[in-house]
Amino acid sequence: MNRDSREGAQPLEGLGLVGGSPSMPIGAELGIGALDGPKPRSQWQLFGSRFLKHRLAVFSLVLLILLIFACFAANLVAPFPANEQDLLIGAVGPNANHWFGTDELGRDMLSEILYAGRTSLRIGLTVAFLSTLLGTLVGAISGYFGKWADQGLMRLTDLFLVIPQLVVLAIAIQGFGSTQVVIALSLAALFWMGEARVVRGQVLALREREFVEAARSIGASPMRVVFRHIIPNCLGPILVGATLGVAGAILTESALSYLGFGVQLPATSWGNLLSSARGYVGTPQAYLIYFPGMMILITVLAVNFLGDGLRDALDPRGNNG
Amino acid sequence: MTKTPVLQVLDLHVSFPSPDGLVRAVDGVTYDLYEGETLGIVGESGSGKSVSAMAVMGLLPKYAVVEGSIKFRGEELLGKSEKSMRSIRGAEISVIFQDALAALNPVITVGAQILEALKVHQNGASESERKGRVIELLEVVGIPDPGESAGQYPHEYSGGMRQRAMIAMALANDPSVLIADEPTTALDVTIQAQVLDVFRRIQERTNTSVMLITHDLGVVAGTADRVMVMYAGRQAEIGTVDEIFYEPKHPYTAGLLESLPRLDRRTDSSSRLYRIHGQPPSLVFLPTGCAFHPRCPVSDQERCITDKPIFRDLGSSHMASCHYPDEAVKLLGTKS
Repeated sequence: MNRDSREGAQPLEGLGLVGGSPSMPIGAELGIGALDGPKPRSQWQLFGSRFLKHRLAVFSLVLLILLIFACFAANLVAPFPANEQDLLIGAVGPNANHWFGTDELGRDMLSEILYAGRTSLRIGLTVAFLSTLLGTLVGAISGYFGKWADQGLMRLTDLFLVIPQLVVLAIAIQGFGSTQVVIALSLAALFWMGEARVVRGQVLALREREFVEAARSIGASPMRVVFRHIIPNCLGPILVGATLGVAGAILTESALSYLGFGVQLPATSWGNLLSSARGYVGTPQAYLIYFPGMMILITVLAVNFLGDGLRDALDPRGNNG
Repeated sequence: MTKTPVLQVLDLHVSFPSPDGLVRAVDGVTYDLYEGETLGIVGESGSGKSVSAMAVMGLLPKYAVVEGSIKFRGEELLGKSEKSMRSIRGAEISVIFQDALAALNPVITVGAQILEALKVHQNGASESERKGRVIELLEVVGIPDPGESAGQYPHEYSGGMRQRAMIAMALANDPSVLIADEPTTALDVTIQAQVLDVFRRIQERTNTSVMLITHDLGVVAGTADRVMVMYAGRQAEIGTVDEIFYEPKHPYTAGLLESLPRLDRRTDSSSRLYRIHGQPPSLVFLPTGCAFHPRCPVSDQERCITDKPIFRDLGSSHMASCHYPDEAVKLLGTKS
C-alpha cells in the first residue's frame, strides 16, 4: 500500500490551503535502468504484472466479479426465486438447504441477499462514478483557474459539506419519489465534495510543476493542460476516492433504507434487509443481521483493496514488477 | 548570416511586486535576434536571463509587470491576447527547459507528448502522418530506435535522451525561434557535447534562431555567434563571440573571463583563481549609477556612482554599458 497517495486522499487539507502531496512518489531515477532490461515489455504488460503482484487486490477483484455476477444473474444463480416464501419452516438458522438461513416468512436469505445486491451495487457504482466525475471536475477547475472560480466553487463545496446529508436526502427522496434513479442522483449530488477538495489540492501542487509550463509553452490551451496533463497525474487519489465513494454510497444507501427513506419494498437492498432485521438483535435469529451486514463489509473492503492495487499498478514509475 | 531580425526586444522591463518593494528582474534590455543565428545570453543566477526569455513567450506569472516592446517578425507580442499567444507558442517560438525530467509529463509517453505539440497546432493532415513526423523528429535529435522509444515514458529515458526528447518537442512545428533555457546545465560533459551538436545540426537544416541561455562560458564560446552578458537585470555587453572573449568592453565580462580556470596559464599553489569581489546586488535596491560599481575593479570614479552608464555602440555590433569601456580589456591576464 502506498502511503503517499493515502495521505493525498484524505481531505485533511482543511480549506485546501495545503496542496496534497503529488500523487506519485518521484522515484524515477530507479527506472532509468529499464532500458537495459532483457526484453522491453509494453506498458500494459507491466501494468498487468504489477497488478498481479498485489495479491489482495487480485483476490478482491475476483471476489467482486463473482459477487457482481452472482447478484446480476441472481435469477440463474440464486437457489430460490425472489420472495418465495415457505411459511411452514419460518425462520431457521443456516443449514444445508438454506446456507444463510431463512427469515420469518421462510424466504431463503442467500437468494434475498443476491437479489438485494443488484440494487446496492448498482447504486454504489453509479454514485461513485457520478460523484467522482463531478468532484474531479470541480476540484480541477477550482485548483487550476484559482481566483474567483476557486473561491466560488470552494465555498459551494463548503456549503454542501455543512448540509445535514441524511435530512436533505430524505427530503429529496420524499419530493422526487424513492426510485433508484432519484436515490442515486441525490447521493451523487452529496458525495462529490471530498473528491473535489482532494483533486483541488493535487492540482494546486501540480500546476506549479514544470511540465505544466512546458505544456503551455507548446501552445496548449488551459482545458488541454487540465484534462490531458494534470488530471492523469492525480489518477491515484481520484481512484482511491472513487473506491471510497462506492463504499460510502452503499453504506449511506443502507442507512437511508434503514431509516425507511431508501429503496422501498418490494424492491430490496442490503440496507433494507438490515433494516427489516433490526428487531432480531440479541435473538437466535441475529444471523438475519449478520449476513447482509457481512455482504456490505466484504464489498466495501474488496472495493478498497482493488483501488489500492490499481493505483500502485497504474503508476508508470513504479518498479517493473 | 542574413541580417533579418526575427525577434526585436526593445527596452524590456520586467518587475515583480514583493513585500520589500518592486523586484526589477529585467531593467531595460534591448537586443535583436537575427535569423539563423545563435545568441548566447550569459549571466549569473538572478541576472534576468530566464525572465527576459519567458517574457518573450508570455509565460510569466500574471503578477509580473512587463513593459517595453517585444516584436516577433515585426508583430508586437506584448499585450497580445492569451489566445493569439497560444498560436505562437510552440509553433513560432518554443522553449527547451533546463530540467527535462521535470518538464516532461511523467504519465504520458514521450511520443504522445511530441504528438501533442503537433496536434495543438493542427500540424499534419492525419494522425498517421503526425505519428510519422514524431518518429522523424526523434531520429533528428538522435534517439536510438525511435519507433520503440516513442512508446516509452520519460522516466525510462536517460538524462541525455530526455533533453533530446524535449528538443524534439520544441522543434515539432519548425519554430523560427528556439529559446534554450540552460539546456545543458543538468547534463554531464559528454552528453552536453552531444546535445549541443544536435542544436548545430538543427540550425544547419532549418535556419532556426536560437537563444541560448547559460552561465557556462565554454558552451557559449563553442556554440554562439553573438553573446549578450547580463548583470543585475541590465545588459552589460553584447557583441560577437570574438569581441566578447578577446576585447571585452565591460569589466564584469572581463571579470567573468578572468575567473575561468585556464590550461595555458600556470596556477601554482600560491596563486588562486581570479574572483569578482563582493556579491550580486539586491534587485530591489540596486546600487546608484552603474549597478556594477561596488564590485568593479576598474573604476571607483564619482561618475560610476552617480551616472547610470548608457548602453552604447562601441563599434560595428559591439555594445556595452560602461563609462570606461577601454579599461576592461586591461583586466585580462592580470591577477587581483
